[in-house]
Amino acid sequence: MNKPLRRIAIFCGLLVLALLIRDNYIQYVQADSLRTDTHNRRVAIERYATPRGDIIVDGNPITGAVKSAKGGINDFEYKRTYKDGAMWSPVTGYASQAFGATQLESIEDGILTGNDDRLFFRNTLDMLTGKKKQGGNVVTTLNAAAQKAAYQGLLKQGKGAVAAIDPKTGAILALASTPSYDPSTFAGNSTTTDSKAWTKLLKKNNPDDPLLNRALRETYPPGSTFKVVTAAAALQNGLYSSADQKTDSPLPYTLPDTTTELKNEGNIPCKNATMRVALRYSCNTVFGKIGADLGKDKMLEEAEKFGFNAQQFTPVRSNASVFPKSMDKPQTALSSIGQFETAATPLQMAMVASAVANDGTLMKPYMVDKLQAPNLDVVSQTEPEKLGEPLSKDNAQILQSMMETVVKQGTGTNAQINENGVTVGGKTGTAQHGVDNSENPYAWFISYAKLADGSSPVAVAVVVEDEGANRDDISGGGLAAPIARSVMKAVIDSKK
Amino acid sequence: MSSSTNTPTHHTSTIGSIGTPSRRNTELALLVFAVVIPVFAYANVGLAINDSVPPGLLSYGLGLGLLAGVGHLAVRKFAPYADPLLLPLATLLNGLGLVMIWRLDQSKLLRSLPNFAPAAPRQLMYTALGIGLFVVVLIFLKDHRVLQRYTYISMFGALILLLLPLVPGLGANIYGAKIWISIPGLGTLQPGEFAKIILAVFFAGYLMVKRDALALASRRFMGLYLPRGRDLGPILVVWFVSILILVFETDLGTSLLFFGMFVIMLYVATERTSWIVFGLLMSAVGAVGVASFEPHIQTRVQAWLNPLHEYKLSQAGTHDGILHSEQAMQALWAFGSGGTLGTGWGQGHSELIRFAANSDFILASFGEELGLAGIMAILVIYGLIAERGIRTALAARDPFGKLLAVGLSGGFALQVFVVAGGVMGLIPLTGMTMPFVAYGGSSVIANWALMGILIRISDTARRPAPAPAPSPDAEMTQVVRP
Repeated sequence: MNKPLRRIAIFCGLLVLALLIRDNYIQYVQADSLRTDTHNRRVAIERYATPRGDIIVDGNPITGAVKSAKGGINDFEYKRTYKDGAMWSPVTGYASQAFGATQLESIEDGILTGNDDRLFFRNTLDMLTGKKKQGGNVVTTLNAAAQKAAYQGLLKQGKGAVAAIDPKTGAILALASTPSYDPSTFAGNSTTTDSKAWTKLLKKNNPDDPLLNRALRETYPPGSTFKVVTAAAALQNGLYSSADQKTDSPLPYTLPDTTTELKNEGNIPCKNATMRVALRYSCNTVFGKIGADLGKDKMLEEAEKFGFNAQQFTPVRSNASVFPKSMDKPQTALSSIGQFETAATPLQMAMVASAVANDGTLMKPYMVDKLQAPNLDVVSQTEPEKLGEPLSKDNAQILQSMMETVVKQGTGTNAQINENGVTVGGKTGTAQHGVDNSENPYAWFISYAKLADGSSPVAVAVVVEDEGANRDDISGGGLAAPIARSVMKAVIDSKK
Repeated sequence: MSSSTNTPTHHTSTIGSIGTPSRRNTELALLVFAVVIPVFAYANVGLAINDSVPPGLLSYGLGLGLLAGVGHLAVRKFAPYADPLLLPLATLLNGLGLVMIWRLDQSKLLRSLPNFAPAAPRQLMYTALGIGLFVVVLIFLKDHRVLQRYTYISMFGALILLLLPLVPGLGANIYGAKIWISIPGLGTLQPGEFAKIILAVFFAGYLMVKRDALALASRRFMGLYLPRGRDLGPILVVWFVSILILVFETDLGTSLLFFGMFVIMLYVATERTSWIVFGLLMSAVGAVGVASFEPHIQTRVQAWLNPLHEYKLSQAGTHDGILHSEQAMQALWAFGSGGTLGTGWGQGHSELIRFAANSDFILASFGEELGLAGIMAILVIYGLIAERGIRTALAARDPFGKLLAVGLSGGFALQVFVVAGGVMGLIPLTGMTMPFVAYGGSSVIANWALMGILIRISDTARRPAPAPAPSPDAEMTQVVRP
């Protein structure tokens, strides 16, 4: 019986060998992917094992960390806290023990937890010296005063969003969205408090969708504010070479290849109006015809130079704004006045205003100024980056003078800042939407402010979606311009 | 491990066993290691979790040392020529298991579960009972061949043990498997663990008698030798009944183990390779057959093929009439998070596997905290136990002893493979316990009894040939031994 016994011995050895091979496979080959699997709760336990680093605005942290409540099955040591969470949530996103992390909290998680590879050397040193691991900080470009002005302005109007940019650098100064949420309310993982707070915020339970970051992730029809892009296209393509040149604009204007008349809002002097006058009164006929005259290719080219049809990574991703790629002539005319399928994020329209204000140069928008190690050493610094040149300097200045007319004596007078030689340029928009434009339109305002020395510290885009307002009261100039004004003023005041 | 290394030893141990050293002092030295390592491990866990040496260190160390010492003395007294490795290896595994169970007792998460009660003290008690049974086996089983007498009694005993969990009022359904019986006042018992040993006795006794008939009186069919029905009948019936019972009790791991043990013993008894072919064919047919109608098994296969999906279903609380389990994925994460060297004892999060972290899934707990290195060491220890058992079979001089030893150690190896393979995702999970390390009274006690029988067989096998009976003519002759 010994021969089969020896074979059984070999067989048992093979069984153990199979186990050893499998063990090497999962514990050596697959180990890293298993260890860092996002579903693996150890990742979250590790994330909250040390106090999270802070997100910093104007030198002050807008976040914090506290010891989690003990007891139960809570294996997370520290919990995230937020100061003015609802105001800052479009910037910070959230870091919740139970519901994961988004936006800056998620993108810069490595720095905030201290696990980033760039901190490896420091962490090793700390381990040797016995120092506890700490998270680094994320220093943002935001301006607390501007953010406050934006948020409180929006709160008065209901739903909406604001994006403000420093035209010279692309640094984002304000990013507000209402209704908002306070990430503190669900930062922990208690089923009685945190889960309840979270459930209430979900879109299916809350039609207002407070978790939506409207400044970056919602695209609205930009309405008349898009006429700035159309005017830029007209100037850049030499269709008209000055603000005060008579345009070839019949009234009434019938959309090409159709019998449909394009209408203006009210009885305004749009027949053969100059671009300055047309922008001042917001003539649909003039800009619709410009778009149709230029054709979709030239319009598309100019829109894309301003950043349409591309996502922006600030580093938080913003949705791509849309300028349609295939359309017929009448659709091109409609798109050129910000209707049809044209849709833009508030950030996109702020970029449009900032490119005009920056003499035609569009800077890449960003909101992280630098990343700091726990000891405040700079790990990485963001350098302003040019995104494109949608306008020549001369044409930009022509467009500036047109936009300034809008604020001085046009639809945007509510945005005037009458002090110390500050000049404001802007454009209102009232975007129809819904089936047959049945829903309340969105009120838009895009603008920039220029100081006496000609430099421009801020460009801003405001959108207000006010379902409660009387339809006739909704206008970009009435609802959105005051908010833009207070944001610009906050930036200018904080520069002093 | 391979046959070539066994050949010379086998040669000397069967023929020239006179003068084989008893190796009891080797065993004692190894036992010291087997006790000291878990004691260090225990101190390590305490330092990692509470920054202090655990207060129970002394009593724990003394307890384990005492148990090992009792085992050693019993072997020294009642089985002096036994294999010196079996007892230390089993002691080491048992000690490491105790440390891990104690470590999991300290976990906040497990403490917060309903019905939490510290498992380590009970496991220590079971270990004591197990070593007690081990000693009892050594004292009362003077010669393993006695067990041959109980061949048919064993058959009935095993069947009754297996049937017990199905008796209404006695059986307890725990986590979907009906393999426990509850004894009022004592707790629950898993009769399958004991049935394993008793069934091996029956198989060995029956096959020893029938091996020639099975091997020779057979018809050739398609190149395979088929035995006559009357030779194979009874054993086939018993085997089939056992499998049937286990299927009803949804304990597939144990039925696989019994089947494998049966095929191994049949193969060794008849020396006919055709049995291996039969065995593989039948197990394939059986597995597919059972899986086709058992939803319990189907989910296990699903969880094996796509553990992450099953995890998500369990997290989402999907109720489609099937209990979805996150355990398979949790175990893989535990292994992966441990990596090559492990997180260190007490510093992992294997409690995320929940209630099974110290029983069916204790290997994953080891995997996380001791890493690839630790698991490989543990697997090699199991491999060594199995191989020492088979070596005992090789050395045994009687066919019954050979069959019993190979049945027990082959079954042991199969059990390790099925459990470890299931936990590591090599094969579908079936739900048995790792011998000696896993929490569970029946398992520990039964495996110590198994170890007792193996040690008894190896003692008989290695015992020097008895001195020739003194003949009246040679009264003055002295036997001189080197």
